Amino acid sequence: MAEPLIVVRDLAKHFRIAEREPGLWGALKSLARRRYRTVEALHGVSFAISPGELVGYIGPNGAGKSTTIKILSGILVPSAGECRVAGRVPWADRVAHVAGIGVVFGQRTQLWWDLPVIESFDLLRDIYRVEAGRYERVRDELVTLLSLEALLDVPVRQLSLGQRMRCDLAASLLHEPDILFLDEPSIGLDAVSKLAMRQFVMRQNRERGTTVLLTTHDMDDVEAMCSRVMLINHGTLLLDGTVDDLRSERRRVVVEFDGPAELGDAHAALLVSRQGQRVVFEVPGRVAEFVASVTARYRLHDLTVSHLPIEETVAELYQRAPDRAGELR
Amino acid sequence: MSDHAHWRAYLAIVTVRCRMLLQYRAAAIAGFGTQLFWGFIKVMVFVAFYASAVSEPPMTFTEVLVYIWLGQALLALLPWNVDAEIATQIRTGSVAYELLRPLDLYRFWFARTLAFRLAPTTLRMLPMLAFTFLLLPVTPLADWALPPPASVMSGLMFVVSVVATLFLSAAFTMIMHVTLIWTVSGEGINRMMPGIVPVLAGLIVPLPLFPEWLQGFLYWQPFRGMADVPFRIYSGHIPADAALAEIGLQWGWVAVLIAFGIWLLDRARHRLVVQGG
Repeated sequence: MAEPLIVVRDLAKHFRIAEREPGLWGALKSLARRRYRTVEALHGVSFAISPGELVGYIGPNGAGKSTTIKILSGILVPSAGECRVAGRVPWADRVAHVAGIGVVFGQRTQLWWDLPVIESFDLLRDIYRVEAGRYERVRDELVTLLSLEALLDVPVRQLSLGQRMRCDLAASLLHEPDILFLDEPSIGLDAVSKLAMRQFVMRQNRERGTTVLLTTHDMDDVEAMCSRVMLINHGTLLLDGTVDDLRSERRRVVVEFDGPAELGDAHAALLVSRQGQRVVFEVPGRVAEFVASVTARYRLHDLTVSHLPIEETVAELYQRAPDRAGELR
Repeated sequence: MSDHAHWRAYLAIVTVRCRMLLQYRAAAIAGFGTQLFWGFIKVMVFVAFYASAVSEPPMTFTEVLVYIWLGQALLALLPWNVDAEIATQIRTGSVAYELLRPLDLYRFWFARTLAFRLAPTTLRMLPMLAFTFLLLPVTPLADWALPPPASVMSGLMFVVSVVATLFLSAAFTMIMHVTLIWTVSGEGINRMMPGIVPVLAGLIVPLPLFPEWLQGFLYWQPFRGMADVPFRIYSGHIPADAALAEIGLQWGWVAVLIAFGIWLLDRARHRLVVQGG
């Protein structure tokens, strides 16, 4: 296995947030003495990512995903722990570090709001000091791949969200970084834009070998793109594995009886819902045995077995997480 | 990769930001009207003042005319407000994302600040100079027109001095920008500075007209280099051969303010990277 490109060990980050009691009296009191609340955003996170991986980073809101991305991008300093990206400590070696990575934040554009897209690109060329010939080659390729021809002369503020995301993706890759961080790249995108984004990122990963770490709430993103998933909640990694690891052994079995049927105790225990002849079971494992016992006992009209929707499994994982209240006084 | 090779990036930022700010032409035209009006009021005040002066004032009326009209033309150059865009970035916390650029944060902001001072000044200066220097002399108010520089040398030195003024003003604006990281809202600064800066720069009353006992203090403060120095070089009140020393002093203040700004930003940046803006 290749030497890891990104190494994170026991990364922790807490923020101090000034607190104020409500009302006028609270405002006066906070003038005299400020009270602070410590919020732990990351609580000893460790992982390693090898060159060329495309990793999905998931977790509920406030789990610590963006904090991790910000630390890896060098714009936030952790409270404890180690972090190396391509051999560099991101925050200590910020200027050299950010020159070698691309970052897209889905919630905000990094283009210049009032400038036509092409001028933002030109400015990035100067900022990242990309040599003119190389810049034109890379830019033209990105423009073609992301179909930006018609958008180049439009000021960024006039772009739709999907168009803006395509432009932001291009902007983050003009200097040909080996590493790409995407923070919620699919947020708010329509189906077509989402597909375009996915295909482009996958292509970039496959053909250029760009290492990608992306956060998302969209499980379809993860299923479609990522060979590896990390799940974080309350600042702690709960799972680091493949998309299949996210799926539990459990299966959903939908049965349609041929006429009225009385369920046996063993079967009734697995019942989820019943509507007339149509019965839904959730089977924890050994689904083949279950199917055999059902077909042996009842007369069936139809039977289907399916995975649980990945969203449900993930929601369950989120809730099962040890509720170590993320806040310390 | 040396730092010096970055100059292109910073220059590109200045250019782009200037072009963006030059779009606000309507504001400049409105500003021109107001500034012209106030210019005439000031001129009339000094006409009355000089007509009833009992002793010889420390400046001739011509020197005062230069002071007033250049003051009106270069008003936007004074560091009396903060860049709304930078203020918004700090308020919303998005300033942290500036650190994603492979640029030195001070220089990056300095480039933007330079443009923020340069573009509005250019927009307001050109019509004001055209009106007071070219148009007024052919009207009945010719006596109140902006006179030409005292000499060719004075004119050249004036241009050199105004360049220093631009950097001085940008360096001070940078300090204002950095303090925003602590105060978050730009309101306080935007209300306080218009009361202090124009007085100390000489825009309310020309500095040489202040009482004798204040002259020592007025000489050794940075705001003088933002108006008084270039204006008096133009009018010859500061003779051309003494101008270089004054310009040197301007650049000295530039160096001091930049050094202080860098130090301040270094401390403020700690806040950004620790609290995430």
